[in-house]
Amino acid sequence: MEARFLLGFLLLLSLSSFAFAIYEDQVGLADWHKRYIGKVKHAVFHTQKTGRRRVVVSTEENAIASLDLRTGDILWRHVLGKNDAVDQIGLSLGKYVLTLSSQGSVLRAWNLPDGQMVWETDLQISNPSNSFLHVLGNVKSGRDSLSLVCNGGSIRAVSSIDGLVVWKKDLSIDGLKLKHVFQPPESDTIYAIGFIDSSLIALYHINAKTGELLKHATQASSVDLSSEISAISSDSLVALDTSRSNLLLIKFMAGTITNHKLPLSDIVQDFSGLAELIPTKSNDIFVVKTPSNVAFIKVKGDNEIELIGKADEAGIVSDSLTLSEEEQAFAVVHHSNNAISLQVRINGREALTEGIKIEDHRGHVKRVFLNNYVRTDKSHGFRALIVMEDESLLLMQQGEVVWSREDGLASISDAVVAELPVEKEGGVSVVEVEHTLLEWLKGHMLKLKGTLMLSTPDDMAAIQAMHLKSTERNKMTRDHNGFRKLIIVLTRSGKVYALHTGDGRIVWAHLLTPLLQSESCPSPSVLTLRNWRVPHRKALQENPSILLVGRCGAGPESHGFLFIVDSYSGKVLETQILDHSIAEVVPLPLADSSEQKLHLVIDDKLNAHLYPRGSDALEVFVREMANMYYYKVENAKEVIKGYAFKKGCSTGSSAYCFGTRELWSVVFPSDSERIVATARRKINEVVHTQAKIMTNQDVMYKYITKNILFVATVSPKAAGGIGSAAPDDAWLVAYLIDTVTGRILHRVTHQGAQGPVHAVVSENWVVYHYFNLRAHRYEMTVIEIYDQSRADNKDVMKLVLGKHNLTAPITSYSRPEIATKSQSYFFTHSVKAIAVTTTARGITSKQILIGTIGDQVLALDKRYLDPRRTANPSQEEKEEGIIPLTDTLPIIPQSYVTHTRQVGDLRGIMSFPANLESTTHVFSYGIDLFYTRIAPSRTYDSLTDEFSYVLLLITVVVLIVAILVTWAMSQKKDLQEKWR
Amino acid sequence: MNPSLSFLSLLSLLLLFSSALSFQSDELPFNDDDEFEGVRSSPGSASVAPPVRRRPDLDISSASDSKSLQFSLEHSLSDSEFSVAGTFTARLKSWTHGAQTLTKLRFTRNAISDTEKGLFERLLEDDDFYTIRIPSNVLNPSGKDYVVSSVRARCLPRESLDEHFVIHTDGVNVLSVNYGSAGGCQYPRPLKSPSKWSFSSYTVLKNSEQAPRTPTFVEQIIASENALEEGLQPPEKSFWAKYWMYILPIGFVLVNAMAQAANAAAEDQNQGGQPSQRAPAVRRR
Repeated sequence: MEARFLLGFLLLLSLSSFAFAIYEDQVGLADWHKRYIGKVKHAVFHTQKTGRRRVVVSTEENAIASLDLRTGDILWRHVLGKNDAVDQIGLSLGKYVLTLSSQGSVLRAWNLPDGQMVWETDLQISNPSNSFLHVLGNVKSGRDSLSLVCNGGSIRAVSSIDGLVVWKKDLSIDGLKLKHVFQPPESDTIYAIGFIDSSLIALYHINAKTGELLKHATQASSVDLSSEISAISSDSLVALDTSRSNLLLIKFMAGTITNHKLPLSDIVQDFSGLAELIPTKSNDIFVVKTPSNVAFIKVKGDNEIELIGKADEAGIVSDSLTLSEEEQAFAVVHHSNNAISLQVRINGREALTEGIKIEDHRGHVKRVFLNNYVRTDKSHGFRALIVMEDESLLLMQQGEVVWSREDGLASISDAVVAELPVEKEGGVSVVEVEHTLLEWLKGHMLKLKGTLMLSTPDDMAAIQAMHLKSTERNKMTRDHNGFRKLIIVLTRSGKVYALHTGDGRIVWAHLLTPLLQSESCPSPSVLTLRNWRVPHRKALQENPSILLVGRCGAGPESHGFLFIVDSYSGKVLETQILDHSIAEVVPLPLADSSEQKLHLVIDDKLNAHLYPRGSDALEVFVREMANMYYYKVENAKEVIKGYAFKKGCSTGSSAYCFGTRELWSVVFPSDSERIVATARRKINEVVHTQAKIMTNQDVMYKYITKNILFVATVSPKAAGGIGSAAPDDAWLVAYLIDTVTGRILHRVTHQGAQGPVHAVVSENWVVYHYFNLRAHRYEMTVIEIYDQSRADNKDVMKLVLGKHNLTAPITSYSRPEIATKSQSYFFTHSVKAIAVTTTARGITSKQILIGTIGDQVLALDKRYLDPRRTANPSQEEKEEGIIPLTDTLPIIPQSYVTHTRQVGDLRGIMSFPANLESTTHVFSYGIDLFYTRIAPSRTYDSLTDEFSYVLLLITVVVLIVAILVTWAMSQKKDLQEKWR
Repeated sequence: MNPSLSFLSLLSLLLLFSSALSFQSDELPFNDDDEFEGVRSSPGSASVAPPVRRRPDLDISSASDSKSLQFSLEHSLSDSEFSVAGTFTARLKSWTHGAQTLTKLRFTRNAISDTEKGLFERLLEDDDFYTIRIPSNVLNPSGKDYVVSSVRARCLPRESLDEHFVIHTDGVNVLSVNYGSAGGCQYPRPLKSPSKWSFSSYTVLKNSEQAPRTPTFVEQIIASENALEEGLQPPEKSFWAKYWMYILPIGFVLVNAMAQAANAAAEDQNQGGQPSQRAPAVRRR
C-alpha cells in the first residue's frame, strides 16, 4: 500500500516536469543575461553631494545610463530609439539629468537617483542640425533654472522643473549659427555669439527672463571661420579658420566685438598640417591639437597668447575641469604597448602623472573624462573615466584600474559557435572526489528538504545559490549533452570575444586590428568571422579555429586581410594581408585533409580566391568546381545574378584564383519593385525526413534544397516607413529562387502590403513578416513547397522492390514539379529579428524565434504557421496536431524564452544545436546579451535537472524493505498456518 | 457564387471569343495567360495564374488596344559572345488604367548553322553551359539589361534539342527567363547527340499570383461553430457508457462484501465440522 502511494507520488512528480514554461526558481539555471551600455560618448559626474557617487553617460548605442562610480554597475539605464541619438547630456538642479537628442529636437529630464523620466519636451525644430544645450548656472533654491537649447539661429529656454518652453527667440537671420551662450554671474542678460556664413561674427544680448532681444552687433571677421570654437572666458572665445592654420581670438565687451588673427605657426614651433581645437570650457586656456603635438595655450591680456605646455600627438585630452576660480585641470592620456599614462595638468602645469598597466587587448585610448575628489589630506585627487578602442570603459584612480566594463559587447556584429576541449581522462584526485561527494550529499539533502517542503527560507536560498554556481555548467570542457560551448562574437570595434555558454563569462578577448596597422594596411576593420576548422574524424587532435576576414581601408577596393585564431585560447595562428579586395566570403561545404574548411573569397572584380592555400584544398575544390555556383544580390541595381566558376582569373595567374562567368540573372523592374529582404537556409541545417505523412495516409515529399533563396520586393512608393504609401500603391512580391539555375520557383504578390520584411527559411518552408496596410496589422505568411515529381512513390511494394526514384540524384537542371501551400495570419507585434530553432538531427519540431518590439524573444510553434490549418479540422487532423484555423497567431505569455528579461535594442537571434536532440541553444544579442537553452518538444530524451534521484532511490529502498517485510510476514503466517 | 470567379470565367470567355475573331491560330488556348507554342505541355505548368495587379474595378471592355511586338532571343555558344538565335512575338495589351501586359507569346527559332552545330558539339563534349538571354524591357530592347539563363548543354539533346522557356513577366517587363530541358535532366549527365539538329521549343508566360487574403472570420467561426453544435449533436450515451466508472468500484465492493460474507458463512460451517475433519488427518500421521 505504502509502495503504491509512493509510486503514485513519483508519477505525479514526473508529470509535473512536463510543464511548458519554466518556474520562477528555474530562472538562471540554464540562462544568463548580461547588460551593457555601449561606447560612451558623453559623461557627467555627480559626486558633489553625499550619497552614491555616480557617473551619467550617454553612448553611441543611444543609451543613457547611470553607473556606480565605486563598482561600475549600472544603477539605471534607458535605451532610446534607433533614430534618437543623444547629442548632449547635462545636469540640472542637481537632481535631473537632461538629455538633448534627435539632433536637438527632443529634450528630456531624468530623475538622477532612479532614472525615472520627469518630463519630455519636443522642441519642434524645423531644420534639425547641430544644436547644443546650455544649462544656466545660477541655480538657487526655490528658483527655477533655465536650460537653453540653441539650434541654428533660434534659442529656446526650457524650464528645468517641468520642461515647459518659457520663451523662444528666433533671430531669423539666414546662415546664422549660434556657437556659444553664456550668462555672467548675477546678471539677467544672456549673451549669444554666432557666426553668419563663416564671415561675420554676431553678438546678441537677450533678457534671460523674457527672451527679449536687447542689443545686437555684428562684425566682419578677418578670416573664414570654421565651426570649431573654444570658449575661453566669459567674454572671449577662440575660433579656428577654415584653413585650420590660423586662430581667431574674439572678444566681446559691452556690446562690441573685436577679433584678432593669430597664425598658429607663431605660437607652436614647427607647426604644419591641419590643427584641431579641442572643445574645452575653461579660464583663458585652450587646447590645440596639431599633427605633431597637443599644445596648451593661455590668453594673457589683450591679444597676447602664450604656449604653456605641450604633449605629444597621441595624447587624448579631456574636457577641462574647474577646480576653483583660478584653477583648471586637464587630463592627457597616453597609451603605449600595454600601459596607460594619465597626466593631469592644472593650468597647463603638470600636477599628477600616473602609469597603469592594462591588458594589451584593449587598443588605444579613445576618450577620457576627468573628475576630481577631495582626498583625506584635503588635496585634490583625480579619477578618470577612459574609453578604449575596443569600446570598453575603465575607471582609473590612484594609479589603478578600479573597474572595467566590456561594453564592446553591446555592438555584436557576427557570431559563431565553437566546441570546448575534450575532458582529459584521469587526473582527478581523491580529495576532490570526497569533497564533491560530500557536497553532492549535502545538496541532495537540501533538495530532499525542498521537495518535502520542510526547508526554511535560508535553505531555499542555499538551493538557489547551489543551482546557480553548480560547477558542472561552467567547466571548460566539452560535455556529453553539448550544453557547454563557446560563442565567439565579433564586435563593431573589431574585437573578438569568446563567451562560455554556462554563465556568459569572457573566456578570452582580443583586439586584433592594432597588430595589423602598418603602411600597407592603414585602417584595418574586421568584416566577418567564420568557422575555419571544426575538428572531427581525421584531425581530432587539432584545436578548432576561426577565420576573421577584414579590409585594410574603407572602400570596397581596398585590400583584404585574414586572421586565423585558435578557438580555445584566442591565439593568432596565422595573419595574412591579401593582394586582392574582399567583397564576400563564401564558406564551402568542403574541407581539406586537415579539416580546414574551404572558403572562397570573392573580390570586387568577381574573381574567386580559394583559401586555405594548399595542394589538397585545391584538389578538393577543382574536383567539385563544376558543381559550385555563386549568386550575388545587387541591391542598388535590383538585380540578382548567378555565376559559375572557371579556371584562370582576370587579375593574376595564381592557381588559387578562379574566374566567374555569369549564368543567369533576374532583373526586377526598377519602376515597380525594390529588393527589401533576402533569406536563405542555414548551410548546416539538418533535415530529418523528406516525407510528410498527411492525415489521409498520403505522403507528400518536401522540396528540400540548399539552393533556395527567398527574395521580397516592395513597390518603390512603399519602400519608406509604414504610412508613406496608400494601400493601392503598395504591394509586396515574394519570390523563391533556385540559386543554381536562377529559376523562379514561386512568385506571389501581396496587394496592399509593405515592409519592413523579415523572413526565415528552413527545410521546405519560408515564413515572412510584413505589414498589411488594408488590415492595418502585421501579417505573417508561410509558404511550404512540396515536390510533385516524387509524389508517386507511395506504393510500399514499389519501395520494397526499389522501383522508386528516391535515391536518384537530384539536379537543379531538371524542371521541378512543385506544389506550394500557403497561408497568412495576423500577428500582433512588429518584429526586430526572426530565426528558427535548429537541432542536431532535425527530428524535434521547430519553433520560430521572434524578436519582438519589446526586446523579448518569443518562441512560436511552427504548428501555428501550418498552411494546412482549417477552420474545422476533422478528427484525424486533430489527432495529427493540426490546430483549428484562427486569423491571428496566438501570443502565449509563457512562451517568451527571455521570460522577464529584456535584450535592449535586440538585433539578432542565433540558434545552434546541442548534442541532445531535444535541446537547442538560443543566443540573442543587442545592447544586452541573453542566452538560454530551449526544448521545443520538451526534453523527451533526458531526465530534467529537476528529476529527484534521491526520491527514486528512497522509493526503491522502501520497495525492497516492503518486499522483505511482507515476505517475512507471509513466511511467518505460513508457518503459523502450518502449526495450527 | 464568387464574383471574382465569375468575372474570371467571363473574361476568359471574352478572350476566347476575341481570339477566334482575329484568328491567329487554330490551337485551343489553355487559358488566358499561359500560352503554349508546341505540341504538348507538362501538366505541372498549366496552372492558372491570374494577371498581375488586376483591379476589381477593371472594366472588361478596357482590354481594347492590342498590338504586336517582337523581341529577339540571343544565345551564346562560346564564353561571352551572344548572337541572335530566334524571335519572340507577343501581343501587347493595353488596359484603360494604363497598365500593359504581354499575351500570346510565340517563338520561332532560327535554323542551326554548321558553325553553331560545331560549337554546340563542343559544349556537349565539355559538359559546358549553353546560355541564352532576352531583353528585360521588351518595349525598347536596346537597353543594356538582359535576363540571362543557362543550362548544361547535355541536358538538352533528346530526339531533337528540346528546350523549355518559362518567361516571368510583370506587365511589359521580363523579370527572368527559366531555360532548360523539357523534362528532367539526368545526373551524371551522359554525352548524347541529338538525332535531329533542330530545336523544338516550348514557351510559357507566367505572371505573379495574387496571395489569398488573410482569413478574417471572427463572426463566421462563431456562427459556424454554433451551427455545428446545433446540427451535429453527439449521440446520447448509454447509461452504462456514462456511469461505468462509478458502477465498477461499487460492483467490486459488493462482490468483495459478498465473498466475505460467504467466507464467514463457510467458516461458521467449517467450525462446526472441524473435529471430524481433523481427526482423520491426525490419524494419518
